[in-house]
Amino acid sequence: MKTLKPPVKREDVDALEIGDKVMISGVIYTGRDAAHKRLVDLLDKGEPLPFDIDGQLIFYVGPTPAPPGRPIGAAGPTTSYRMDAYAPRLIEKGLRGMIGKGPRAAPVVEAMKKYGAVYLGATGGAGALLAGAVKKAEVIAFDDLGPEAIRRLEVENFPVIVINDTRGNDLYKQNVQKYKKG
Amino acid sequence: MRNIPFETVKQKVKEACIQANLILGEDVLESFRNGLAKEESPLGKEILEQLIENARIAREEKIPLCQDTGLAVFFVELGDQVAIQGGLLSDAINEGVREGYKEGNLRKSACHCFTRKNTGDNTPAIIHLEQVAGDKLRIVFCAKGGGSENMSRVTMLAPSDGVAGIENFVVNRVWEAQSNPCPPIIVGVGIGGTFERAALIAKKALLEPIGKRNPDPELAALEERLLGKINDLGIGPAGLGGRITALDVKVLMEPCHIASLPLAVNINCHSSRHQEIIF
Repeated sequence: MKTLKPPVKREDVDALEIGDKVMISGVIYTGRDAAHKRLVDLLDKGEPLPFDIDGQLIFYVGPTPAPPGRPIGAAGPTTSYRMDAYAPRLIEKGLRGMIGKGPRAAPVVEAMKKYGAVYLGATGGAGALLAGAVKKAEVIAFDDLGPEAIRRLEVENFPVIVINDTRGNDLYKQNVQKYKKG
Repeated sequence: MRNIPFETVKQKVKEACIQANLILGEDVLESFRNGLAKEESPLGKEILEQLIENARIAREEKIPLCQDTGLAVFFVELGDQVAIQGGLLSDAINEGVREGYKEGNLRKSACHCFTRKNTGDNTPAIIHLEQVAGDKLRIVFCAKGGGSENMSRVTMLAPSDGVAGIENFVVNRVWEAQSNPCPPIIVGVGIGGTFERAALIAKKALLEPIGKRNPDPELAALEERLLGKINDLGIGPAGLGGRITALDVKVLMEPCHIASLPLAVNINCHSSRHQEIIF
């Protein structure tokens, strides 16, 4: 079992290989469809992002509202391809990793190779289970987006598996071929 | 005429929204356990174990099974001897959704198509109303997630494509979807009717319990063939490779136009959440 503690350096992600199980502890940021559009709009206008993205990890999630006495509700990954149009821009700005589910487009994989970033899979549909690793959650930007607002999460042993490493390898492709019949 | 108060419908719909999002059906859990016995991939087994544990946490700690608590879809069978007292049935359902998603701390996932502004209360609900004989009202609620819905498709095949064409399209759709719809999935297949009717019956097919076969032997055989072919794709739990790509395939068929062979594939994630209310 490997660990990641953001902010993450290039050599930390270079050390990861597809299929590695990784526990993340520390601060990660949430962001999905609408928040990604706004982040890239800010970059287009040359304005600063609401958090320093260098070395950070973004978790593609729109959690359910926190029930009383808990930091967050269900918090599993959403499908990542919808962020493919935006991800290369953020990777170029220093984003070191993305947490989601589902395959990524070629330009995202290329950006990961070029700038040194990884794509980490969390178990889709395990939102109640994954919520247990979130110790604190606070909205830091785009509050009006509701479930899509950017949140700063403090996580402890948040479990992921490396899907794409910095060398362009792909765990989904490799493993599905192993079990495909005919 | 049997009168059912507006408030009663609203209350029951509210409860169904909350319950369905916290408690996974026994048929789904059973299919996870059966899948665990058949799965060859160690990683696939691990994912199935996580899903069983996720269902336990959701049930015991009252945290929704999935953060995508869905758009609220309703299949309603309204008896011709039933009247809703005090308002419209569709209003009662929408108010139940509004209150259920608020009180149950469920995610509001409905938004404007262009501005993407959230409607704030998960309405409007998607309501499919059918009139039936009798004095009963049956409402089935489904929490339909966006990830699996995005992987669904409708196509208009040519009659010459036949059953082989249907099988190719369904299997190819699942192959192209890969890990996106949260496998192991449940595949609803609607054959016939018109363009929109095929989609509707594909979704309706997903309401049947896992493991239950279509009473028509020809369609039951088609369901089993499709399940076999889909599970040969190797996609596996979470798309990480393995035997259990689908938990089940459900087919519904209706007559179609002599020129057409409409086909819809509605994919559901493993978090197959629905709840039946009978008044």
